[in-house]
Amino acid sequence: MTTWLSPQDVAVRVQAAVPDSVVEATDVALVLDPARLTDCILFLRDDDALDLSFLSNLTAVDRDGELEMVYHLQSLDQNHILTVKVAAGGYDDPRVASLEPLYHGALLQECEVYDLFGITFEGHPDLKRIFLWDGFPGHPLRKSFLQMPGNLTAGLPGFSHESGDNDWPVPGSVEERPVHPNQAARTNTVPVPGDPPVVQGGDA
Amino acid sequence: MTTPMPSMDPRELVTVNLGPQHPSTHGVFRLKATLDGETIHDAEMIVGYLHRSMEKLAEERTYTQNIPFTDRIDYLAAMSNNLAYCLAVEKLLGIDVPPRAQFIRILFAELQRIASHAMANGTFINDCGAWHTPLFHMFREREQILDLFEMTCGARLTTNYMRVGGVAFDLPDELLPAVRIFLRDMPGHISDYEDLILGNEILVARARGVGVIDAASAINASFSGPALRGSGVPFDLRKADPYCGYENFEFDIPVGRNGDCYDRFLVRMTEVKESLRILHQVVDNIPPGPWLTELPLHLRPEPGEAYARVESPRGELGFYLVSDGGPSPYRFHCRPPSLINLSALKEMTIGGTLADAIVTLGSIDIVVGEIDR
Repeated sequence: MTTWLSPQDVAVRVQAAVPDSVVEATDVALVLDPARLTDCILFLRDDDALDLSFLSNLTAVDRDGELEMVYHLQSLDQNHILTVKVAAGGYDDPRVASLEPLYHGALLQECEVYDLFGITFEGHPDLKRIFLWDGFPGHPLRKSFLQMPGNLTAGLPGFSHESGDNDWPVPGSVEERPVHPNQAARTNTVPVPGDPPVVQGGDA
Repeated sequence: MTTPMPSMDPRELVTVNLGPQHPSTHGVFRLKATLDGETIHDAEMIVGYLHRSMEKLAEERTYTQNIPFTDRIDYLAAMSNNLAYCLAVEKLLGIDVPPRAQFIRILFAELQRIASHAMANGTFINDCGAWHTPLFHMFREREQILDLFEMTCGARLTTNYMRVGGVAFDLPDELLPAVRIFLRDMPGHISDYEDLILGNEILVARARGVGVIDAASAINASFSGPALRGSGVPFDLRKADPYCGYENFEFDIPVGRNGDCYDRFLVRMTEVKESLRILHQVVDNIPPGPWLTELPLHLRPEPGEAYARVESPRGELGFYLVSDGGPSPYRFHCRPPSLINLSALKEMTIGGTLADAIVTLGSIDIVVGEIDR
């Protein structure tokens, strides 16, 4: 069974090897200083006891406008795994050091994050949009992508049987929900410019 | 008076596009190869033709509604994908799965592995030049497995069978006898393949010593699955990080020696036999009982994150989920083995011939739906 390394234990060792590099060690992840990322990962990879030589997973999370890189590093011999996180910055020009020089397996995964989150990886040999074409507007996995005016969001604000904390119409009710003009093409009513907003959910 | 000959630089480079529509690329995958004569000077992969933005779509749907997406990530191993995603959600929720459901999950994951390896090996031999005859030998058995899937959940490829907390339906009464018939016949079919293919001079000539990657490079390039084990690294998540009770089953992990295309192919062939061993143990010991945990219909995991992975036919398939306590995942990420196993494609193909590059690509066993998502 693969053991999950305790970030607190690893933090002590990383701190000793690379001073002032650990921002935080929570129960789930070791949060590193972006400026010392390469040094720390090099230590984690080459230390005999840690031996985290396999980059299992690399991805990013948009935490309400603050982009965060998440790495899962695995040791094949010792059979343990560690979650490492590092802050990449806000929406305008997020940057983080590339791990490609240390793990060749980061090559395509960093291109993917660059494409979908817009994080630039410094030192990556061939950073390019991998799925979307050059010139595609925006980075889809950011939470701000296609955010609609009036704080309307796509998807579910809550389950229909729940009440109180959501504005999703309860089945059977005639609750009205405003529709953004961009969505109006999906309804049966064609909006006339200048008219009040179209409503849906009323009598057909 | 003689007219000068047009420039015939013997080292003029030619760019050849393989794909996006090409039988050897196994889907809409494009390999842009720059050739010097017949030798590959540079190779660039261009993907994204099948990008469906699943990770974004999944952020707007409930945890249960996302299960059908995972079918379509890797459409040749839908059961394994269902399983990996459900394991991640279960980890997020902190729930256990009844023993019968664990057995059913292993049963279908291993059947799926055989079906997927049959496809992989069949198309690999196709790439080597054996035009479709071995492929259809293997399709015959894959067809039987898909019939078993259909018998259980009504679907053959996009099964949508696993659920958070178990599986959607119990096994029908006819299933286990049908699996037993399959297990009875399959060893004979495997020895047929082996007689037909393994010693074949052309296959050996095309695949031995082609697309070689050594163990250290394979680890550094985050290879997983048969691509990693073909290079001699005995790392299989079913042994290293057992899920669904794999630790209770007896099976071995085949590894290659040379890290070439032939070893990757051989690893898959041998894994089919090991899967049969597991299936025998499943069929003989499957316990009665419930197949789905009682869970609320609407799942709202506590805020947190989970990374769960399985050994899919193509390698380490992981799902990284972040919950903010809402009804849908805050972040849904799939670790795609098909994409990551292509990290070293340049190193494996440059210097070889174009025909070797096709064999190498076939031996990595990519599924474009999983690369692009």
